[in-house]
Amino acid sequence: MATRIALFAVPILLLAFAPWWLLLASVVVFVLFVAFTRRGHQIWSVTQIGLATIPQRLGSSSVVVVGIAGVVAVLVALLAMAQGFAETLKQTGGDDTAIVIRAGARTELNSVLDHDTAVLVSQSPQVMHDPSGQPIASPELVVVASLPKKSTGLDANVEVRGIGDRAWVLRPKVQITAGRKFKPGLRELIVGKDARRQFANVEPGASIKLNSQVWTVVGAFDSGDAYNSELWGDTDIVASTYRRGSSTTSVTVRLTSAGAFDAFNAGLQADRRLQVDASTTRAYYNAQSETISTIIRVVGITVAIIMAIGAVFGALNTMYAAVAARTREIATLRAIGFRGTPVVISVLGETVALALFGGILGAGLAWAVFDNYTASTLGSNFSQVVFAFKVSPALLWQGLKWALLIGLIGGLFPALRAASQPVTTGLREL
Amino acid sequence: MKYLHLIWAALMRRKTRTIFTLFSVLAAFLLFGLLDCVSKAFANVSGSVAGVDRLLTVSKVSFTLALPKSLYTRIQAVPGVAQVSYLNWFGGVYQDPSNFFPNQAVAENYLDLFPEWKMPPQQRQAFKQTRTAAVVGESLAKRFGWKVGDKIPLEATIFPQKGGSNTWTLDLVGIFHVTDPNAKGQENALFFNWNYFDEARQFGNGNVGIYAVKLVDRRQADSVAKAIDALSADSDHETKTQTEQSFTASLVSQFADIGLIVGGIMSAVFFTLVLLTGNTMAQAVRERIPELAVLKTIGFTSKSVLALLLAEAVVLLALGAAGGLAIAGVVVVAVRGQVGGQLSIPPVGLAIWGEGIALAVVIGLVVGALPAFRGMRLRIVDALSGR
Amino acid sequence: MGKLVEIRRLAKVYERGSQKVEVLHHIDLDIEAQDFLALMGPSGSGKTTLLNLIGGLDSPTDGSIAVGGEHIERLGEDALAKWRASNVGFVFQFYNLLPMLTARRNVELPLLLTKLSTAERKRKASIALELVGLSDRALHKPSELSGGQQQRVAIARAIVSDPRLLVCDEPTGDLDRQSATEILTLMQDLNRDHGKTIVMVTHDPKAAEYAHKTLHLDKGTLVDNPESTAA
Repeated sequence: MATRIALFAVPILLLAFAPWWLLLASVVVFVLFVAFTRRGHQIWSVTQIGLATIPQRLGSSSVVVVGIAGVVAVLVALLAMAQGFAETLKQTGGDDTAIVIRAGARTELNSVLDHDTAVLVSQSPQVMHDPSGQPIASPELVVVASLPKKSTGLDANVEVRGIGDRAWVLRPKVQITAGRKFKPGLRELIVGKDARRQFANVEPGASIKLNSQVWTVVGAFDSGDAYNSELWGDTDIVASTYRRGSSTTSVTVRLTSAGAFDAFNAGLQADRRLQVDASTTRAYYNAQSETISTIIRVVGITVAIIMAIGAVFGALNTMYAAVAARTREIATLRAIGFRGTPVVISVLGETVALALFGGILGAGLAWAVFDNYTASTLGSNFSQVVFAFKVSPALLWQGLKWALLIGLIGGLFPALRAASQPVTTGLREL
Repeated sequence: MKYLHLIWAALMRRKTRTIFTLFSVLAAFLLFGLLDCVSKAFANVSGSVAGVDRLLTVSKVSFTLALPKSLYTRIQAVPGVAQVSYLNWFGGVYQDPSNFFPNQAVAENYLDLFPEWKMPPQQRQAFKQTRTAAVVGESLAKRFGWKVGDKIPLEATIFPQKGGSNTWTLDLVGIFHVTDPNAKGQENALFFNWNYFDEARQFGNGNVGIYAVKLVDRRQADSVAKAIDALSADSDHETKTQTEQSFTASLVSQFADIGLIVGGIMSAVFFTLVLLTGNTMAQAVRERIPELAVLKTIGFTSKSVLALLLAEAVVLLALGAAGGLAIAGVVVVAVRGQVGGQLSIPPVGLAIWGEGIALAVVIGLVVGALPAFRGMRLRIVDALSGR
Repeated sequence: MGKLVEIRRLAKVYERGSQKVEVLHHIDLDIEAQDFLALMGPSGSGKTTLLNLIGGLDSPTDGSIAVGGEHIERLGEDALAKWRASNVGFVFQFYNLLPMLTARRNVELPLLLTKLSTAERKRKASIALELVGLSDRALHKPSELSGGQQQRVAIARAIVSDPRLLVCDEPTGDLDRQSATEILTLMQDLNRDHGKTIVMVTHDPKAAEYAHKTLHLDKGTLVDNPESTAA
């Protein structure tokens, strides 16, 4: 009995905690064992018999497959949502750029920096200069506008970012995909790829009313990150439209090197004229994504656990029925000299095979439907952030691990029952 | 009712199978209960009756933009307006950002607009008379162990004080409570004196974030809203006035399409459940064919056999559903205290029970249909002879 | 006394695939009320088919059966079920009790189809059990009873709604000699003291001896002088 319990405990522990290489090694060892030992051959032949009877019990076998597919699909989809959101924001940041906001503000929208502060920050020695000798620093002003969404027709918030002329150097990833850049000094905007897709009437050429002034959309851009959810214009003009005078909400700078941040931050903190918080843009955007992606992840795992419990019981039912249907055959095998363990492994193998199939089905479904599925939510600047679900190989692997775990647990008791049935009663059955 | 013991006996024929199936059903309905609560919480925001006689006036560009205080007297003069108050979103943090709760600086008459917030009259009075006064809801007070008389330090995220300090120290003068269980989430908020806020803040002085308007007659909501917006039409601070619940609803709808996500999960869950219980029922009927034949021999009509088998499936589903919803109820009660914000998670109430049980009955009928039909159609002579 | 069952030109054809097999060839048979009739014949002779037709479990292809003057061959499926509930009691070779119900609950089953109150149903079921001598086993499940006891429960179930006709298919086929004797004696009592008309299919000549009359079926027809009696 103890060895049989170990038969389950080992793979379950491996699945739950082991790194992939240890798991792979264990699988290889097991395959070699089956291929080259006498006991292994026994296991293989008993398992084959079991697998061969699956078509006869298609209905109940499909319960295991579909049950597990459901769990894995929901798990992978929800985690892909969390991952997609986190990654969209993560990509927005880097280690060699830093963002400075007013002390305590936490998000750009809450922050106000006066003109002097912006100038002082850009004069920090750790800020990189461009060939013309200008510091690569962009004082930016984030405000929120309300525009109707294409999908619902209802107003939703969109972030309008006023940027300085250094912003283009600061964010070399940004590409103009339609029209042209806005001209400084004019009421012109360019629209991010995702904002363009999400909001009505923001195509290049369209006019938008912001605070009773008419702005023209002159182009569209693609940055490949969270900026795609924004509209960009000239800081000074956005400030005058929103009556912000010469104040800004943040200054983003390119540092001389990725390692320069600590010195940069220390310099700002030491300057008594400044009351600011600085962080690398990577840290800043990670923090922005943390709350929401954690919520989604927790919800996803909770839902999946509850579903998994349901699926385990479904698998138990199916496998008990399978063992019951095979009682005579198993007893015959035992009578002619097969030992209990191959029988246990064969039932286990069958469950795991079904589970694996279900896992692949569920993960595949989640991948097919949800990879790059776009959604949006209210980000920390009280405006829409568009993100794409990200079904990564790591998530697919995680889904498969769940499937195998459910299969192993669901196969445990039926397999033990199969092996512990007395041979004589088994032969009399039917 | 006299057939109940027959149904029960049928279910108990294979105890393990029934129990396993029950647990699967239970898990499905536990999820249903929990997710339905969440989506109800979101739906409640737009469906709640409270606040229909209150309007909110915000900047048309974005509610994050301020409005001039001069609007106050002008709004008050609009016919149909009973009372006007105003507030600023403060967004302060208590001790740690993870302790999020809404906090706002509000005009001294603000609490008068909310008679549903129960508070002793002397505390209401104290709020108007104390410069650094704050009131909180009962749930929030419990969460941090606050008592009237306590000093509460809030860290500003938006509004530093004139000296540059981010710390605002408030005096707790009152604790209100909300009786409607569906609006309990409103107790998770803090309000403090706008006059103190305005004189001490570094910038934006004299500006108001949101005007709250109480109507004389809620049927005039549309016309009054239009009249208020007309006050600042074509100015540089155009306004948008809407009822309190449509304001919150539009904000909530921007978070995510909760209905879609919940719907997606639940369809995956119930699709699986139908297959699973359908399989159980098919097995149960298959192995009972001779017994069903006996019932028919004795004189049970085909229809009553059909009804018995359908009832068996429905009872199985309903039992599991009841168990799942009961557990969901316990979980929600345990969790709802921890979730703050504008969102009130309702208890697993009659509506959810009703929907859940109705769903269980429908699924029971669906999964029972095929096996039950088979039981109904069986020919006694064949079944008895084992064909 | 009068006739309880009148069978005229009764025929039954089964379709097995494309083949048609006539199991009964236009049989005529009258059964007197309060008779105890044994039906014998080799396997496949159609005796169970005839029994099923008399009990209203199956419908004939041709001909008529009247029981107590009612032509049951014309009844639809539901009407037939209702008719069985109040007119016939069935006893099978393998007892066919519901394994999850106690003896009394099994006996009570046919009464569920009546408008009787719970107390009334319980009383009648107890009386039936007493009649078969199993009052002390009322709360046992079938698996806790011997074969003979199970068959007695089945008989109690057959008589609980007080039908005039009992239809028994090999009632002693699965029992040892002593239990079989007990069951046959019980059936004799029911016939003699309670006026039940009994039609019993059996392979066992000893069982047939308990009947008033034995009829032989061979290849779907009633024969007067079968070889078995001649032998």
